[in-house]
Amino acid sequence: MTSVPVPLTRRRPRSERVIETLLFLSAALGVLTTAGIVLVLVFQTLEFFQVVSPVEFFTGTRWSAGIRPYAWGVLPLVSGTILVATIAMIVAVPVGLLAAVLLSDYASPRVRATVKPLLETIAGIPTIVLGFFAVNFLAPQVLIPILGKQNIGTFSALSGGIIVGLLVTPLIASISDDAMRAVPRGMREGAYAMGATKFEVIRKVVFPAAISGIMASIILAASRAIGETMIVSLAVGDKPQLTFDPTESVQTMTAFIAQIAIGETAQGSVQFKALFAVAATLLVFTLVLNLLSGWVVRRFRTEY
Amino acid sequence: MSLTSTSAVDPAVRFEPALMRRKLSGTVFYGLCVMAVGILLLALVMLLADVLVRGLPWLDWDFMTGGPSRRPANAGILPALVGSLMVGIIVGVVTFPVGIAAAIYLNEYASDSWVNRVLQTNISNLAGVPSIIYGILGLAVFVRLMELGSTILSAGLTLTLLILPVVIIASIEALRAVPNAQREGAYALGATRWQMVRGSVLPAASPGIMTGIILAMARAIGEAAPLILIGAFAFVTFLPNPFTGSYTVLPIQIYDWARRPQDDFAGIAAAAIIVILVLMLVLNALALILRARLSRHIQW
Repeated sequence: MTSVPVPLTRRRPRSERVIETLLFLSAALGVLTTAGIVLVLVFQTLEFFQVVSPVEFFTGTRWSAGIRPYAWGVLPLVSGTILVATIAMIVAVPVGLLAAVLLSDYASPRVRATVKPLLETIAGIPTIVLGFFAVNFLAPQVLIPILGKQNIGTFSALSGGIIVGLLVTPLIASISDDAMRAVPRGMREGAYAMGATKFEVIRKVVFPAAISGIMASIILAASRAIGETMIVSLAVGDKPQLTFDPTESVQTMTAFIAQIAIGETAQGSVQFKALFAVAATLLVFTLVLNLLSGWVVRRFRTEY
Repeated sequence: MSLTSTSAVDPAVRFEPALMRRKLSGTVFYGLCVMAVGILLLALVMLLADVLVRGLPWLDWDFMTGGPSRRPANAGILPALVGSLMVGIIVGVVTFPVGIAAAIYLNEYASDSWVNRVLQTNISNLAGVPSIIYGILGLAVFVRLMELGSTILSAGLTLTLLILPVVIIASIEALRAVPNAQREGAYALGATRWQMVRGSVLPAASPGIMTGIILAMARAIGEAAPLILIGAFAFVTFLPNPFTGSYTVLPIQIYDWARRPQDDFAGIAAAAIIVILVLMLVLNALALILRARLSRHIQW
């Protein structure tokens, strides 16, 4: 794990052992955090399942937490989440990868030193600000004039999805740029010596060689997009419905959690318990993506 | 084209059309790359312009020093701004020792045992957990179990858990960048491991670590999702006490205003956005300055 030199003597004063214990405890706080998250979600979700059957939760196609008759089928929230994340990735993958290529293979060091921090600024903007931009600029001044008032409203999966895409694009650009820059110069020069043009070198040498980093960046971006809360709860609306029409207003899992938490929901109510069940579902989604990204890096990595 | 005719043509001419096409596709691709970056920068500029045009007319002294109000013209952000700063300070104060200690353990002490591998993997997985999930953890642990209530303290501790993995990962990077000769030199002088870390490695890694902590504080100040669950949605007209009583923070205040349909509320939301963006800019500049100052004496 670490490659730092260790002291040759095995003798350790007591003070050294105390310090090492304190340092270890700090590092172990992360495990406590994980355990806390898992325990809270598992226990509260089990309580929810005593009121609502897991079968209804996982297979039901109607979700209504506010209006009677209540319905607890999580699929509309899942489809809303996937719809927004898909739109985000349709925006973020091409734009992010093209930007990464520009940074790694075309830009001069000076341009790169200016543009890369600027792009990363976008990822640093508070997401609530991006949500405000979606509702006050993108939807009324771009999407509605283009698509027409009768086709799209202020709140839509499209408007939220595009802005979530904007949020995760720098993540893809930045990590993919690092991955492509890590491809050794000799491989590029070999291809040039064969008479390849710059585009051919990028497409047939650099891109395949950096594919593990690029794929990992895309999966991480998808995971970020699924977990994003503030943009979607402002811009996408709060209408849980099983649809894949991007101009519709939907509700994501995160937006539902926010809605319940904001509202005056009693803490022992079914609605509040549902919050935990939805959060557990969300966590499983992101966890699978994060594990997948780690696996992709290990499986496709090539050392040069 | 028959075989004899191709061999008769000069190779330079024969390859000409294909080469032209290959170069043209390269140029088109380059154009696409420039366009991608252009779109991103354009979005950034549009966002800033939109916020400035909407917000600047509302941004005055009364706005900075006033409390929230049902009427946009009378509304201000002082309680939210103070709340955000207090949350940021708590995050910084707790993250500083814990984040550095964890990073030191993982990079300087941890042997290659399964326990340490679990710690390491766990931290990188935590960095991928959605922020709103941390809000649920904070609600269960800090607000209810430890009975700290929906206070700034609970909010600060929750956000600390959220950014710790990021800080630890950045600090480990900084520690890794310190050459091993530094460590060996310290041992050669008879230093114990902790003396080596404190006297030699930590000062050398401090620019990177401090930058990481300040940037994480900026992220915590901009974060809204977890605090929805820690009860930041209060109508607070007074300056908050960090340990008791209700509070609100800038991003939540912005969220509250941005959700209302009236144009004037969009205006004050934009004004509050200008304030939070300036706050982030200040923190980022601080990180840059600190980095430059701390790394002045470091040379390998």
